[in-house]
Amino acid sequence: MSQHVKKDEPALKAVARLLRGLLLGAAFLTPALALAAGPPTAEVNTTGLAVTDTTVTVGQLHSATGTMAISETGSIQAERLAIEQINEAGGILGRKIEIIQEDGASDWPTFAEKARKLLVNDKVAAVFGCWTSASRKAVLPVFEKENGMLYYPTFYEGLEESKNVIYTGQEATQQIIAGLDWLAKNKGAKTFYLIGSDYIWPRTSNKIARKHIENVLKGKVVGEDYFPLGHTQFGSLINKIKLKKPDAVYSIIVGGSNVSWWKQLKAAGVTADKQTILTISVTEDEILGIGGENMVGYYAAMKYFQSLDNENNKKFVEAFKAKYGKDAVIGDVTQAAYLGPWLWKAAVEKAGSFDVDKIAAASPDIELTTAPEGYVKIHKNHHLWSKLRIGEAQADGQYKVLYESELIEPNPFPEGYQ
Amino acid sequence: MNTKLKALWGGYGTVLVLAAVIFILLPLSLDLFRLNLVGKYLTYAFVAVGLVLCWGYGGILSLGQGVFFGLGGYCMAMFLKLEASDPESTKIQSTPGIPDFMDWNQLTELPGFWLPFKSFLFTLFAVPLVPGILAFIIAVAMFKRRVGGVYFAIMTQAFAAVLSILIIGQQGYTGGVNGITDLKTLHGWDIRTDEAKYLLYYINGALLIGVVLLGRFVIGSKFGKLLLALRDREERVRFSGYDVANFKVFIFCLAAMFSAVGGAMFTLQVGFMSPSFVGIVPSIEMVIFTAVGGRMSLVGAVYGSLLVNYGKSYFSETFPELWLFLMGGLFIAVVMLFPNGLAGLSNQWREWRDRRRPKAGGTVTPLTAPPAGATPPPAGKDPLPPVASVGGGR
Repeated sequence: MSQHVKKDEPALKAVARLLRGLLLGAAFLTPALALAAGPPTAEVNTTGLAVTDTTVTVGQLHSATGTMAISETGSIQAERLAIEQINEAGGILGRKIEIIQEDGASDWPTFAEKARKLLVNDKVAAVFGCWTSASRKAVLPVFEKENGMLYYPTFYEGLEESKNVIYTGQEATQQIIAGLDWLAKNKGAKTFYLIGSDYIWPRTSNKIARKHIENVLKGKVVGEDYFPLGHTQFGSLINKIKLKKPDAVYSIIVGGSNVSWWKQLKAAGVTADKQTILTISVTEDEILGIGGENMVGYYAAMKYFQSLDNENNKKFVEAFKAKYGKDAVIGDVTQAAYLGPWLWKAAVEKAGSFDVDKIAAASPDIELTTAPEGYVKIHKNHHLWSKLRIGEAQADGQYKVLYESELIEPNPFPEGYQ
Repeated sequence: MNTKLKALWGGYGTVLVLAAVIFILLPLSLDLFRLNLVGKYLTYAFVAVGLVLCWGYGGILSLGQGVFFGLGGYCMAMFLKLEASDPESTKIQSTPGIPDFMDWNQLTELPGFWLPFKSFLFTLFAVPLVPGILAFIIAVAMFKRRVGGVYFAIMTQAFAAVLSILIIGQQGYTGGVNGITDLKTLHGWDIRTDEAKYLLYYINGALLIGVVLLGRFVIGSKFGKLLLALRDREERVRFSGYDVANFKVFIFCLAAMFSAVGGAMFTLQVGFMSPSFVGIVPSIEMVIFTAVGGRMSLVGAVYGSLLVNYGKSYFSETFPELWLFLMGGLFIAVVMLFPNGLAGLSNQWREWRDRRRPKAGGTVTPLTAPPAGATPPPAGKDPLPPVASVGGGR
């Protein structure tokens, strides 16, 4: 980022910096010569990132406080676990990863401020962070302007593609189409009721769902309703559902509203054997709040469930619980966040450099066979190829996996679904 | 120091010092990233200066200044967003040429109320006038009915809640909870470059000094004296034949327009606008800036905004897990130790010195000298600390 050298810096400060640099250089020279396992810093870092001969600094930008903290904590933990494991295995290009954590405080302008701080001030080599679409939208211009690299873990609405972002969660079509196909095939669903919280992700997702239901499945959408974030009164919705008797309800209610929604369903006498509901917004994390007994028998479409039966996942769950306690649960986004540092490591090693441009160029076609979700590959649009699974909620708060799709190509700008 | 100099110092000295800090000290000692942050803090200072006038002097506590800050910012953001959404750069959308969030929300044409914001001249007028007119409507509706004090504060909170729910709910027209993001150019001038950031910082600083000077002018005028009078004895002013409501309407609108200018400068410097400035919490935070700086001091309010926001950035960078507690501690400490804010410090110090003087000099001063500062009513005599006097504006 040589273009950001400050022109107006006072001379005194520049001299001080030079002196400090010389001193540091002298101090590091001897051990660096002895230790340097990786290639020399000048070779792997041509843009002035925070890379020394023995360390590389990355940023972590999530909400540790505020209303989103409950959701983002899992991602913070998973990213830290991955970085710890990478360091134990020798780091990246012979360098240990150091973390600077910043708090986005559930406030989008704060996210933008902290992103700029991480990139401009700390010169971090990569940032693992953001959760909500709003926070990503707030930092995206910063990452593009300062040429940073963001690993974004959440499943989201698509309609976005950036050189400076790797999306490790699913874009909307990856989560929706296969799930609806499964409903049509296995539950004979012809009529659907679409519901969601009122913001961009549920609205865009339901738009895609409606197009797929009407044009491909030749079914019918009998209702579509949205509720403000934090809404807690679902009585009238439940009555409408009882009246219209859709074959399936497609639910994208997010966050705390879920607790009221599923509890009120049960209180109104609606159970899974009477009404099929498929959700794409309730992970194991949310079930902790809802209570497994209120969700029994309903379906969720995700790319990852904690109960996935494979060797990678067993190791991951074990390591996660060893670090964060045996009651810790792992949801879809937590796993996607865990992929971030590993995908970055693979890209850095493939590029042989920490330079953002080289990483962005090297990222497509990177594969990860050690992913807890099985196997992922980065598409040239910087999203991941991933599978879709259908899980059935159990009373203990876990999902039983019923179905697994083939690898689905990410398609953030789906033709015919706009 | 002779009296003439002193008078000059008391009149404009503090403003000169502030100008020196903003234009010389800060740019020389900070790198561009930090300077840009300071620029952001200074946009909040517009709100705080407005609050000094309307709360400190007028006794009208508004817990909804975020509404006006936000509206000013949104007016500017709408203009910038339209410029950023030319058909060429939005050609992947179903409807090219409209802002991206409208396309995501299945809008196929630009809503009517967006159209005037294609004009920069209109936007320049809209930034202060749209919030100003809203403030006028609110103020006339409230003050002509003699609603004041706590009731008025509650009403302003309600407006903040209403507007933020409206903006979030109408996402096709407003960008919803994401806000209006990804703003790039102002009349083809890229606001994201380093040069632009410097220039915007200086424009922002100049506007702020202008607002402070305007505030001084208002306070120093006969109108300022009347404001104080109606803050302390509204009935008496009314019985003296003044139409109290008109004064209150004016000062409330002026504070709203100050906030709006800050909002527009915020949008330009930060590059987006979001409903998170419109709600109740940010509005109350803005009152805290004023309280920390001293609600009777225009210049103090600017320092208050700088201090609180710097503390916020610094604590959250250094202690990402603990910072909220530290901020809470800072507020409690300021209210307990300096009930009159930072600006009250000089008076407090003088009083302390006068108390000590008998011991040191051996002579007894029976009465403490009245505070020499130009800042009217001696904050030290105010029995209530700023935050506790929420209902003070009778």
